[in-house]
Amino acid sequence: MSFTKSVALVMGALIAMMLVMLPAQAQQPTSVNPTASSVQEKQLLEALKPEFGKTVAIEGRGSFPDVKSHVLQQPAGREWQNFRDTTLSRVGAYGILGILGVIAAFYLLRGKVRIAAGPSGRTMLRFGSVDRFAHWLTATSFIALALTGLNITFGRTLILPLVGDTTFANVTQMGKFVHNYVSFAFALGIVLMFVLWAKDNLPSLRDIRWFAQGGGLIGLGHPPADRFNGGQKLIFWSTIIGGVALSVSGYMLMFPYVVGGIGGLQAANVVHALAGVILVAIILGHIYIGSIGMEGAFAAMGSGKVDVNWAKEHHSIWVDKVMKRDGKVTPAE
Amino acid sequence: MARMKFLCDADRCIECNACVTACKNEHEVPWGINRRRVVTINDGKPGERSVSMACMHCTDAPCAAVCPTNCFYTTADAVVLHSKETCIGCGYCFYACPFGAPQYPKVGNFGSRGKMDKCTYCAGGPEPDSTSVEWIAYGTNRLAEGKLPLCAEMCSTKALLAGDGEIIARIYRERVTKRGYGSGAWGWKTAYKQDIAV
Repeated sequence: MSFTKSVALVMGALIAMMLVMLPAQAQQPTSVNPTASSVQEKQLLEALKPEFGKTVAIEGRGSFPDVKSHVLQQPAGREWQNFRDTTLSRVGAYGILGILGVIAAFYLLRGKVRIAAGPSGRTMLRFGSVDRFAHWLTATSFIALALTGLNITFGRTLILPLVGDTTFANVTQMGKFVHNYVSFAFALGIVLMFVLWAKDNLPSLRDIRWFAQGGGLIGLGHPPADRFNGGQKLIFWSTIIGGVALSVSGYMLMFPYVVGGIGGLQAANVVHALAGVILVAIILGHIYIGSIGMEGAFAAMGSGKVDVNWAKEHHSIWVDKVMKRDGKVTPAE
Repeated sequence: MARMKFLCDADRCIECNACVTACKNEHEVPWGINRRRVVTINDGKPGERSVSMACMHCTDAPCAAVCPTNCFYTTADAVVLHSKETCIGCGYCFYACPFGAPQYPKVGNFGSRGKMDKCTYCAGGPEPDSTSVEWIAYGTNRLAEGKLPLCAEMCSTKALLAGDGEIIARIYRERVTKRGYGSGAWGWKTAYKQDIAV
């Protein structure tokens, strides 16, 4: 083989190789698009599924040991904002104003619920000192909590324009401390009332009849009732269920991140605020009927001794039981 | 007036945390509080992205809407600031903030929160500009000196941009056009209800 021949062979082979490689080179992209395979904010946001109580967020890894700072975005904040600014304000305002309207209408139409037979002048013990302590511990702490709580929701709209930024901030700051500390008294009161009265508040068939007859408030005649009637049982269980919901959600907010993340805090706030305004509305009704709404009712929690005629009308079965047990009635003083 | 914004170009951010360090040092932010942070999504996987995040100074800021004492205000430059005088540390702005910006020093009993602290866009607070009272509560007021936020100024790759929204959007758009790709302005849809279309 001559030299020229072998050169021609090598050249031919090289050309052939290049010809084979050409299409492969043409397939190489001229530029690289790194975002084609990267994470996209839009897709991450769309992948989020709202779930009550769960943290719905774009999370990653951060350099701080505090894992809460590894949340990049939590659009659920907007939903919570919507709850606070719209839903809560409406439920709160309509609920509380509504119940005040009902009370006013009831007072105008029905008037004060009198003792039909008139006061007898003889009294009997209805609530002892422990009962009354539990009631007033819960009642006073609830009023403090309700006022400071309502201030957080409605104060900015109703009070701030009247007193100015600085005064309102100072009052609200004090209110926050009162709300945090007094909560312990309220929680204790709820536990005490449950222990003392749960047994007598178990629902019975008699309660249905009590409600069917309007509880002696609407319509004529007083349906028979034991120590607590249907209406009182309703107040009792509202207070217990509402009180437990308020306490649990409240302590979740007071000790942030002990249970759940930011989603848990938002959910706790929703439960706390709704339970709060609903219980305020219910308790307004309770305060009315226990004070100016009904003759002789306040004495039950005031002195603890109620007029016998009042007791016979509202708690006939309870009176029979007490009479049977004691065989006597405390004479009038 | 300008409409100040932040823009983090996630295709450039290398998670060096210089912005975090610059911010912490400039304002002498106390322990446990970080006004800015870097979060890496899909860390260690192909296509991971790092984003530097702080208060985005939102349009119609949720924090301002939910605050019980109305302690937030928006400056003429559209920077969202707050007064530590009227803040009660209730935590509501943190529940509402989509970016986890508000931070609270832990003071007193329980999980009790102190006055909220967050990114001020290096613009201080309601106290008179560049006074010691303002510095102690909010840090340096660079904006009053005609300077932009230090985090963006210190960014080693110029991933983090701060300044007038239209100008930084234009810079970002030019970048995307030139290099041929861009994963978008993270957080803009949530904060400013707009996106940068290229």
